[in-house]
Amino acid sequence: MMTSRFIGNVRLGIKTLLLHKMRSILTMLGMVFGVGAVIAMLAVGEGASKQALDQIRRLGSQNIIINSQKPIEQAASGSMQVRMNMYGLLYDDLARIEQSYNTIDRVVPSKLIRGQGRVGSRTLELRLVGTTPNWFELVSRDLLAGRVMTDLDMENFASVVVLTEHGARKLLVGQSAVGSQVRISQNYFTVIGVIKSESTQSGSMQTPDQDIDAYIPLNVAIERFGDITVTRSSGSRSRELVELHQLIVQVDSIENVESTAAGIERMLSMFHPKGDYRMSVPLALLRQAEATQRTFNIVLGSIAGISLLIGGIGIMNIMLASVTERTREIGIRRAIGARRKQIIGQFLIETVVLSVTGGFIGIGIGLLIPWLITMFADMPTIVTLWSVLLSVVISIGVGVIFGMYPAMRAANLDPIVALRHE
Amino acid sequence: MTESFAQNPESNHVIELHEVWKTYRMGSQDVHALAGVSLSIERGSFWAISGASGSGKSTMLNLLGCLDRPTRGRYALEGQDTASTSDDELSDLRLKHLGFVFQSFNLIPQLTVQENIELPLFYQGIDAGIAAKSAQAIAERVGLSDRLSHRPTELSGGQQQRVAIARALSNNPSVLLADEPTGNLDTATGDSIMELLTELHEQGKTIMMVTHEPEIAKYAQFQLVMRDGKIESISQNPGSATVGVGVGTLI
Ligand SMILES: Nc1ncnc2c1ncn2[C@@H]1O[C@H](COP(=O)(O)OP(=O)(O)OP(=O)(O)O)[C@@H](O)[C@H]1O
Ligand SMILES: [Mg+2]
Repeated sequence: MMTSRFIGNVRLGIKTLLLHKMRSILTMLGMVFGVGAVIAMLAVGEGASKQALDQIRRLGSQNIIINSQKPIEQAASGSMQVRMNMYGLLYDDLARIEQSYNTIDRVVPSKLIRGQGRVGSRTLELRLVGTTPNWFELVSRDLLAGRVMTDLDMENFASVVVLTEHGARKLLVGQSAVGSQVRISQNYFTVIGVIKSESTQSGSMQTPDQDIDAYIPLNVAIERFGDITVTRSSGSRSRELVELHQLIVQVDSIENVESTAAGIERMLSMFHPKGDYRMSVPLALLRQAEATQRTFNIVLGSIAGISLLIGGIGIMNIMLASVTERTREIGIRRAIGARRKQIIGQFLIETVVLSVTGGFIGIGIGLLIPWLITMFADMPTIVTLWSVLLSVVISIGVGVIFGMYPAMRAANLDPIVALRHE
Repeated sequence: MTESFAQNPESNHVIELHEVWKTYRMGSQDVHALAGVSLSIERGSFWAISGASGSGKSTMLNLLGCLDRPTRGRYALEGQDTASTSDDELSDLRLKHLGFVFQSFNLIPQLTVQENIELPLFYQGIDAGIAAKSAQAIAERVGLSDRLSHRPTELSGGQQQRVAIARALSNNPSVLLADEPTGNLDTATGDSIMELLTELHEQGKTIMMVTHEPEIAKYAQFQLVMRDGKIESISQNPGSATVGVGVGTLI
């Protein structure tokens, strides 16, 4: 009984709105664009944020990354004579960090070395990294051929090298290079494996291995290449002494990352008053990115909210005009015996039909725009289910809120006055 | 549906007015649209209310129609006092006991003839299928079965008034209230509407009709003349068909 009356009211509402098609369409536009904007903007925001968050996550949210950094005042005081710049992380730092925290799963040191490789009669610059077997566990890269470094290689001070895809190509050896010897700066190394290079866009700052050519055991690197790098530039020679270029600390759980990072920071700052290192915590970046995303969402939400508000006011305006126009109809219905509540219901249903229809068209547009953006601008967009559900709820809400006042006006008309209305 | 219109067989007075006043305040002055009206209407009687403009005819009809409450005095419809009723209760009284016929037909333009006739049943919450059947039956009674799917604007004035009468009948009310039902119609069409009302009266409906045309008033059983918010006279029409029921009494 109630439902049949409700359905009757909805049918009547649609019928009434169809009597003034143009007006109904124009009234709905506010909702259409409001809802369309909400969904489309959220989809673009979500896509951008997912991209950023994925990049950070790939760095490992359980990791703390410490890089050596040339102190600023030393870098500036580059006199013409030969001098030695000493800075950066020390072997002792590695030992200290490993021993001080039981929240740490592993610490992976790496040492950047420039070496000369030979291809036929040509020599070419090679970028080598001296590291430990842990590196391969931490940054799991696909193994293309052979094997990666092991603890046994370290113990034996084995002259072995793991080439990256990139390095193998440079040295003009293929994946079949496994087992062969390559000469790097007067030293011969046995190729034990080839791994895939990291793709360019992800995490290149903290794990600078996209242009790394080869990995060798850390202890071998120290023994063969030492800690001093000589760079020549415009006639002057500068020498740098850096023991370790990077430490990646892997913490046992996400919850311990921040406290461990703070502890390491405290300790390092004690031994490195010059601040010749830089720490980055991907988790902190992640949190920051998430906070930024929240702010972004609030801004988008406000813009969308304002457009929906305008849409709602548009609907209210038309409904007020409609109530005036249909004063006599209201009087007739009241004379027949309609209660105030039923008049309110009738007008509310009309506004809700308007706002929800507008909302659904808006959802259609909100799905179309991100699709077009992804198609033509090659930007990632993600339409979330909750933004669509939210839009449905908002559409109904706008209809009810902005329809209530006109409906009350209609219901509170004196039937006698309404019947006399021209 | 034509067998019996009686809602309360014990009381023969479907309408009872006792010392009813309706006072409007215009600035500092009180206008008494009704100034002490007492009247009992017997079930099944047919009344014509006439009088000069501003004499209070419409005010009386609005009051009888439960669209308004008296300022002072007592009005009982079907034995139910309307003095301290809520707005919802007044709506329910109208829905249950009353049918309105207006001078300007007052059909709802976006609804079809059938939907207009069904409207009271819709508000009574009657099942759509049953409502449709009963609307068709009533349309047949007023001679409009072939116009059910038309819009009011596609009908002549006389046809529209028949639809309005059908709508007023669809909730099977005790009293039919008509304010100048022929006012917007030519004489011939007006006569045919009056014949329909007479027919309804003969079938037992109580009818209260406001008119200022003596020719129209002749169709009724009783003529009530208003003057300055008071009942000036009540007379029985000599030519009226007396069907045994319906005598008005001036108290
Ligand atoms: N809402 C109102 N406010 C103030 N005065 C009113 C109101 N309604 C009616 N009146 C006054 O009450 C008196 C009776 O009015 P009513 O409409 O009942 O007259 P009527 O007999 O129907 O006249 P007519 O034949 O012109 O329709 C008039 O003086 C009118 O001005
Ligand atoms: Mg009048």
